Amino acid sequence: MGLLDKKFHDSNIIVVTLENALNWARKSSLWYMQFGLACCAIEMMATAASRYDFDRFGIIPRSSPRQADVMIVAGTVTLKMATRIQRLYRQMSEPRYVISMGSCSNCGGPYWEHGYHVLKGVDRVVPVDVYVPGCPPRPEALLEGFLHLQKKIMNESLVEGIDPAKPVVIEDQSGEKLSIKNVDETDEHKKAQIEFPQQDAHRKPSGS
Amino acid sequence: MKSTQELYKILSEQFGEEAFELVEDVKVAPWIIVAPEKLQQTAGFLRDEPGLRFDSLMCLSGVHYDNDNLLGVTYHLCSTTEKHKLTLKVILPSEHAHVPSIEQVWKTANWHEREAFDMFGIHFDEHPDLRRILCPDDWEGYPLRKDYQVQEFYRGMKVEY
Repeated sequence: MGLLDKKFHDSNIIVVTLENALNWARKSSLWYMQFGLACCAIEMMATAASRYDFDRFGIIPRSSPRQADVMIVAGTVTLKMATRIQRLYRQMSEPRYVISMGSCSNCGGPYWEHGYHVLKGVDRVVPVDVYVPGCPPRPEALLEGFLHLQKKIMNESLVEGIDPAKPVVIEDQSGEKLSIKNVDETDEHKKAQIEFPQQDAHRKPSGS
Repeated sequence: MKSTQELYKILSEQFGEEAFELVEDVKVAPWIIVAPEKLQQTAGFLRDEPGLRFDSLMCLSGVHYDNDNLLGVTYHLCSTTEKHKLTLKVILPSEHAHVPSIEQVWKTANWHEREAFDMFGIHFDEHPDLRRILCPDDWEGYPLRKDYQVQEFYRGMKVEY
């Protein structure tokens, strides 16, 4: 957002890296796939409505996975639904992101022990970028999840082999560390514990 | 308005006493146990007979009686015109749980029977569309049976936490 807030005095030429411009464009129009699974969907709808107004971040719902950039998994993922979610995720065009909203979708929530029908975390079927805790999370929490996702997108690179989820250390010729990109410790901490049985061609998750 | 005892008397006179059992020594409302082979006739009679007119099937539930390893179906009936209610029960062996469908009598039984089939594995004969209604079609076992063991994986997804 910061780019447009600046005033231009001398000329209308701005110099920016291609990577930066692409990432900025991408993060500023995160269209999410419109579907909800449980009570979290109500909060998601509230976030999209006028009081919290997703649209000021360029976040709008799309009814087709083909047109969506991000999937908000808002609610309890049953095993029956998990097969559908994975199919929908695969129908989305890349780059694609997943926000896991609420305890059920993060880890099974209150169904973690006796819910025979519930998938204990949507990250078992699709790779998750941001986990939003809460039961259900308030709209502010979901918004913050989106802000984290935007931060993550801004750290993406055109250079092959750089995983936006991992900290990247760039070294100069003498071997001195110049900068550290993509540090998001909380997210990294969560990802480490998760195993993904299903493989994704684009972003192969850690684990098996 | 008729009590369960009166209804029991009417049913016994109509279909014979051996098909029914009245259970009234309970702290809740009394009920009538019906033999499965008489169930469809009984249901049709209760719905159509003037003075009875059970026009509404309020609820149909499957039950697993763990101690005796029996399965059962409970029917809660109500008459909106005569203002009376009745509870019917059918008791079935859990190995061969077959009971006639009453979908032809009360259409609302369709999905209820599918749910009882899904959760308890009770087979409703002559049901027009007896499939699982909640669990996926390729689910294993019947979740609400007391001895239910959940499967380890469903389509490659681990079920346990």
